Amino acid sequence: MNRLTGRGVMETIDWRLVICYLLLILIGWMNIYASIHSTEPASIFDFSCRSGKQFVWIVSSLGLAAIILFALNPRIYESLSVPIYGFTILLLIAVIFLGTEVKGSRSWFSFGPVSFQPAELSKIATSLMLATVMSQSGFRMSNMKHFLATAAVIIVPMAIIVAQSETGSALVYVGFVFMLYREGLSGWLLFIIGMAILLFILTLTSSAYTSILVLAIVTTLCSAMYYDRIKSWLKIYLPSFIVLGLLPFLHDKLSGLTDNPEAFILKVKPMYIFAAAAAVSIPIMAFKAFRSGGAFRWLAIASFIVGVLFVFSVDFLFHDVLQDHQRKRIEVLLGLKDDPTGVGYNVNQSMIAIGSGGFFGKGFLKGTQTTYGFVPEQSTDFIFCTIGEEWGFVGAAAVIFLYVFLIWRIIADAEQCREAFTRIYGYCVAGCIFMHLFINIGMTVGLMPVIGIPLPFISYGGSSLWAFTVLLFIFIALVRNERKYF
Amino acid sequence: MKLDRTNKIRAGLLIAALILVIRLFTIQIIDDKYKIDASNNSMVHAVIYPTRGIIYDRNGKILVGNKVAYDMLVTPKEVGEFDTLALCEILEITPEFLKEKMDGYYRDRRKIGYRSVTMLTHLPPEIFMKFAEVSYKFPGFRGQARNIREYPYNAGGNLLGYISEVSADDIRSHPDTYNAGDYIGKTGIEATCEEYLKGEKGYQIFLRDSRNRIESRYKDGEMDKEAIPGKDIVTTIDAELQHYGQELMQNKVGSLVAIEPSTGEILTLVSSPGIDVEMLADIGKYYRQIASDPYKPMFNRAVQSAYPPGSVFKLVNGLIGLQEGVLTPETHYPCSMGYHFGRNKLGCHAHRSPLDLQESVMMSCNAYYCYVLRNILENDKYGSIAEAMDAWNRYVKSFGFGRKLGSDFPSELGGTIPDSKYYDSVYGAGSWKATNVISLSIGQGEIGCTPLHLANLCATMANRGFYYIPHLIRGTENVSIDPKYYRKQYTLVDTSYFPVMVEGMYRAVNSGYGSGATAAVAAVEGLDICGKTGTAQNPLGDDNSVFICFAPKDDPKIAVAAYVEHGSFGARWAAPIASLLVEKYLNGEIGESRRPLEKRVLEGNLLDKMNIKGN
Repeated sequence: MNRLTGRGVMETIDWRLVICYLLLILIGWMNIYASIHSTEPASIFDFSCRSGKQFVWIVSSLGLAAIILFALNPRIYESLSVPIYGFTILLLIAVIFLGTEVKGSRSWFSFGPVSFQPAELSKIATSLMLATVMSQSGFRMSNMKHFLATAAVIIVPMAIIVAQSETGSALVYVGFVFMLYREGLSGWLLFIIGMAILLFILTLTSSAYTSILVLAIVTTLCSAMYYDRIKSWLKIYLPSFIVLGLLPFLHDKLSGLTDNPEAFILKVKPMYIFAAAAAVSIPIMAFKAFRSGGAFRWLAIASFIVGVLFVFSVDFLFHDVLQDHQRKRIEVLLGLKDDPTGVGYNVNQSMIAIGSGGFFGKGFLKGTQTTYGFVPEQSTDFIFCTIGEEWGFVGAAAVIFLYVFLIWRIIADAEQCREAFTRIYGYCVAGCIFMHLFINIGMTVGLMPVIGIPLPFISYGGSSLWAFTVLLFIFIALVRNERKYF
Repeated sequence: MKLDRTNKIRAGLLIAALILVIRLFTIQIIDDKYKIDASNNSMVHAVIYPTRGIIYDRNGKILVGNKVAYDMLVTPKEVGEFDTLALCEILEITPEFLKEKMDGYYRDRRKIGYRSVTMLTHLPPEIFMKFAEVSYKFPGFRGQARNIREYPYNAGGNLLGYISEVSADDIRSHPDTYNAGDYIGKTGIEATCEEYLKGEKGYQIFLRDSRNRIESRYKDGEMDKEAIPGKDIVTTIDAELQHYGQELMQNKVGSLVAIEPSTGEILTLVSSPGIDVEMLADIGKYYRQIASDPYKPMFNRAVQSAYPPGSVFKLVNGLIGLQEGVLTPETHYPCSMGYHFGRNKLGCHAHRSPLDLQESVMMSCNAYYCYVLRNILENDKYGSIAEAMDAWNRYVKSFGFGRKLGSDFPSELGGTIPDSKYYDSVYGAGSWKATNVISLSIGQGEIGCTPLHLANLCATMANRGFYYIPHLIRGTENVSIDPKYYRKQYTLVDTSYFPVMVEGMYRAVNSGYGSGATAAVAAVEGLDICGKTGTAQNPLGDDNSVFICFAPKDDPKIAVAAYVEHGSFGARWAAPIASLLVEKYLNGEIGESRRPLEKRVLEGNLLDKMNIKGN
């Protein structure tokens, strides 16, 4: 039984979210103008350039938002989620065969000047579908059938998107993990999967040495936390890990000093020292475990050994078994090597642009890097460079703060909701936005590999702006609906 | 706040955001690397090369000037289809060369990117103009003008030196001044006066986009810098005389140095065989040939070769004897075909006996100077021969021998003059006598000096007791030289002792044939040349021919030292060469009567006498 609370528009709509949204699209629009700004400036409304086009997208997005807020009944989403999801899957498959090829991947439909990416729609569809499936009464995450159904909802579109060679867009689906966690997914399972992914990426991007170091830190820390021995961990393990962490740099420096190819230092690799340290400390730990009978200690040792085997097999497979071209494909897939012409060029240019901004930035339209087109994809995936260069640390941090505030508010609203559907959907939205935020900004500052996904609300592009507008405003409408009736 | 799952997610969000913010803080505020990169990235500094300073001779004639040549640049990214044969024909290169170059660019295409690379250097303007007319047919190819050196006179190749592209070491030692591709003086005046000659590079700043396309002038050229041309250098060389000196020395190994005694300015400095200026202009092409030449044309013998001075050195010993009071102009000594001591003899040529001091100079008597040196070393004034030896050493060094004169040649050799320590180490302390070192009396033995030292001795004789440090660069309002070059350097011998020796030198030249004078061949009527011959032993073959002379006697304008390896007697080659140089300088031309002598010198070839390994 629903009953109206009689609260009006002003009270039921979460205006903080709306204002946050408006600020972000405004920032986006200004910076798109700045990023296409050249020595021959055009008006921000010039429809032949991207800022003018973005204005059209913004106006239409606001229209969409208004329709979702005021015209549509929020109840329809739950009942429509299945057909929407089905339709989206069809579109995702269709685009592989019918789409236009852009940069080696078929993920766009083109209708004259307008193009559309089904992957954008699939974020909304999957979120709705997840909310529908998981809000059924009697749904239990611990129930294997239910869990598998949930996993399928996420993995099916993800797999199709990977098949489109849009690995970056697929990575966004990892964001749903936050929602799954909130809804009762085992933390340990998440942790192990997370570690495996981390070790895998670290092994490929950095080195086996780094991966094993991280693994050792994590296992010993877990063990220490479990037995409440943090203090002794800080005293004994942390310093030795710092030493081991600095070892490769030291080794590099020292071997740079000698010209003798037979020098002792060149023969002793940091890995050998690590192995020696492990060979000494593992038996000691095993002895401790044996004496105290601590099962967790055994577990920690076992997982460390399993982890080491995992890292070495990844390392071996990747570097010794795979052929060159296969390796390259994986590297491209992972975004380790984005463009064949210049590895790291984009990231380097982007970091130069952001780094040159300094504390207060160079000022609006004054960026030299952005104005002269050094940064590729500058109004879409690398829009954050413009912000970093022209608005400096202050501006860039402020934008990050806005996102954090937005996500925080979504989580807060979601938690207040009584209906599981709204809450689950809210977490999905938060997870999507967070993944986009972290991957995109992480990429521009060189923390993440180059994965071409847009910065929500800010990046140029109608498809993405519409999708995020719809994604967010469905949530605002759902929240509003709850406030109206509860 | 309890740590439920919602809050853990929130904490994760904050940590993630914090990581991003810390990263931003690092690259935007802590790390300077990216700021520096940014200005490199978007601004192009188009370098404007200054013209290099011109090198003049003492009379304002250009020794080294500039002319324009072109470098052919290629921007591989912009090269499209083109008629390779036509291009080869225009540039006068072979199709194979072009193909090899283009293949190389293709291989390195990633490294080159949008940049331009140099394909050819030193294209003469005629060829470049032919290319320029049809350059539209060859996109991606363009010429760049560059100043290269031009040498109107074939004079002083060794002195002038050459310029070539800076080496990695040059860049490392002057990182602010030179960039790869700049030119720097490597040897000679080009190197010593690099600071003046090089000028200052200017630049125009352009803003460019990531494809290297120039977008606009930065701040409308407000920050641009004009190039400052290099300063001109005036040398003390007389181009005509230098050229004539080189001709006289052609096909002979040795040196010819002429100094203006009243200033110490070097008029001519020939090291033969030397480097042709033709080769200097394009040193890269000839470097291998020059470096492998057995006669070592790069080696400047005039300042880098230590020779025994031979009898020329008798002048110094005579002056020391006079100063020490062990010799007077009237002292007579006998000579019977040499100086006999114990069972040994230091031989001499046939001449009348006994001789006084002037005659000993005129006829270059060996025995006379054995007595003189012996008297110097066995002077009771000194407690031991070692003390006397060191006193002698001090005298000799005051003439500039045995040390670097301090000229403006960077690679000047000091030479050697022995002292008591040296002989102590050879014979054992206290176990040597004057007779052991007797060959010093005639400029043999352990004496090593450069032709420049000898020319300086000659200038000292001409000035009657002092010299100016020989130098090659004249001070002008642009170029300041060390004030030491303007200071008289006195020897330890009183100036009053010089005239008698000068008189001897005068008589050596002007006493006529049959008088016993050694240098009659050098006499030129009306020039009052004073000279002293020398014949220095050369263990590798024939003796070296040595001669120093100055003229005119009473108002010396030029002091010359000629040193010809394997030239036998001083009078045979060195005296004619030196006197011809003097005649040319003072009279402007060679008198009729001396033309045959000049012909003999110009045609003389002594290269075969060089004992060169492998030849």
